[in-house]
Amino acid sequence: MAARAIWKGVIRVGTLRVPIRLYSAVEDRDVHFRLLHEKDQTPVRQEMVNPRSGKPVPSDEIRKGYEVARGTFVILTDEELDALEPDDSRDVRVTRFVGADAIGHEWFERPYYVGPDAKGSADYFALAQALADAGKEGIARWVMRDREYAGALRARGPHLVLVTLRHADEVVARADLRPPPFRKPTEKELRLAEQLVGALQADFDPGRYRDEYRKRVLDFVQAKAKGRRPRLPRPPRRTKPSSLLGALEASVRGVRKERKRA
Amino acid sequence: MPERNGANRAFWSGTVSFGLVSVPVVLMPANRSGGARLRMLAPDGTPLARHYVCPRDERALADDDIVRGYEVRRGKFVIVTDEELDALEPKKSREIDLREFVPAEAIDPIYFERAYYLAPADESAKAYALLASVMERTKRAGIATFVMRGKEYLVALVAERGIIRAVTMRFADEVRSARDVGLPERPRTPATRVRAFARAIGAHRGRALDPAELEDTHAERVAELAKRKLKRHEDVVRVERAEEPEEEIDLLDALRSALRAPGRAPAAAPGRRAGGRRRTRKATRRKKRAA
Repeated sequence: MAARAIWKGVIRVGTLRVPIRLYSAVEDRDVHFRLLHEKDQTPVRQEMVNPRSGKPVPSDEIRKGYEVARGTFVILTDEELDALEPDDSRDVRVTRFVGADAIGHEWFERPYYVGPDAKGSADYFALAQALADAGKEGIARWVMRDREYAGALRARGPHLVLVTLRHADEVVARADLRPPPFRKPTEKELRLAEQLVGALQADFDPGRYRDEYRKRVLDFVQAKAKGRRPRLPRPPRRTKPSSLLGALEASVRGVRKERKRA
Repeated sequence: MPERNGANRAFWSGTVSFGLVSVPVVLMPANRSGGARLRMLAPDGTPLARHYVCPRDERALADDDIVRGYEVRRGKFVIVTDEELDALEPKKSREIDLREFVPAEAIDPIYFERAYYLAPADESAKAYALLASVMERTKRAGIATFVMRGKEYLVALVAERGIIRAVTMRFADEVRSARDVGLPERPRTPATRVRAFARAIGAHRGRALDPAELEDTHAERVAELAKRKLKRHEDVVRVERAEEPEEEIDLLDALRSALRAPGRAPAAAPGRRAGGRRRTRKATRRKKRAA
C-alpha cells in the first residue's frame, strides 16, 4: 500500500524545477505507555496549573513568555509570534552540492523520501541519477508547515531522499576537541587489532539486527494480559577485565576457531 | 515509583568490547535541544506547572499515584513496573559489543538518529586509543546493539582524529523502503535531462557545511523581539521563582575535560530542577519510555 505524501513542493536547482512529494521514511515502532492513576487504572489528564493559586488555567488564558533574565519574562502574543513565522513557499532550494561525506553524522535528523509529482517524473529520475553519478549531495532549504528546514538531498538507489539537518545550536561542535592524552598503541597491538577487525568485517546490513528488548517487553505485556506471571530473567553479572595484549591474542584465536567451525 | 537505574545520570557509562578487549567509556550527547524557549505563563505572569489529574475524581495526583500502563486493547491496560522493565533488559545492557566492522562510508544516513561522543572512562585510555586507531586505519565502523534508558539501539562507532563517536540508528523495521512508500520504478530517463542536471550540479559545487548557515533564524527572531519589547518596557513581568535554577551542563566543557583527562568524566548530572518541572520530566520519561 502506498503511503500518503505529507507535503508537495518543487525542487529548484538553478533554473531547473522538479515537482516532488515528500513521504516520511520513518515508522514509529516504539512501545508507548500511558500514565494511569494507580487506584482506578484511569489514564491521567494533563493540566496546566498556576502554582500560586493551585488552580488550573484554561488554554485560552495561557500566555507565552520568553525569559530574558531569571524571573523576568517578556510576554509574546500569538499575533507577534505568527508574524515571525517564515513565509509560505513550495520551493525546496538547493543552494549547492557537496561531497557525499561532507556532512557529519551529528547533523542528520530525520529522513524523508522524495517522490516525483505526477507531472515531473522524468526530471525527478534525471536529478537522482545525476546526483548518484557525481557522488554529491545537495544542501537544500525549504519551509514546511511554518518551519524553516535545511536538509541533505541524496540519491538512494534510483530515488531521492531528503534528510533534515539540525540547527547549529543543537549540535556540540567537535572542531576544537582533542583526543585524550593516551599512550600510542604498539605495532604489535595494532596488528592484532587489525586482524580482529578483519575477521569481523562485513557489509552494512541493518536487517541483521533486531530490537530484542522491544520484543521482550511486548511479549511480557501480552503474557501478563492473559493473567500469566511471566518469569523474569536474572540481573546480569560483570566479567573481569584482562591485559590488553592478552585479550587481543585470545580474541583473534577465538574468531579463527569460530571461522574454522563454520 | 522509584527513579529508574541510570535515569538520573546525564551520561551513559559502560563498556565497548571487541573480541575480548573491553574499553570503559562514557557516552556524551553530541546533540541537544534547541529552538526558542517559550514558557507557558498564567495571565499574571506566573510560570505554569504541569499537573496530572484523574478525570474520574478530578483529583490532582502525586507521583506515587501514577503507574505506567500498556493498552492491550481499548480501555484495557497492563501495568508494567520499573523493576519488570529492568529485568527485561538484555543481559549485557552495559555493554556495546562490536560484532561487525563495516566500511564507514557505507552507512546510510537514513538510519541515523542521534550522535554521541565517547570518552575513555579509565585512567590509561590504552584500549580506547587502540580501538580509535584501528577503526581509523581500516576506515571501518563498529556495529552493535545496546540498551540505554529503557530503549535498545543499533549503534555505529566511528573514529576520527583519535576520537570515537557513536551514532544511534533506527532498526531496519523502523525505516520504510521506497517500495513501502510506493515510489515508482525508474522509467527510461532521457540522457539529455541527466546531463542538464549534471551541469547544474557542477555549476553549484560548494564548500563543506558551515554551521553558521544552520543558525536557527526563527529562534533568533523570537529572542530579538523579546529584547526589543524589554527595552520599551512592554509586556514585561517579573516573578519570584521558588524553584532552584537548573544547573545547565555545558556539554562542550564536559567533553573537553573528559577527553583531556580520562577517568574524570562527569558520570552524574548535577541536581535536576526541583518541583513541578522535575515531576513532569520524570512522568514524561515514563510515558515515553519505550523498549
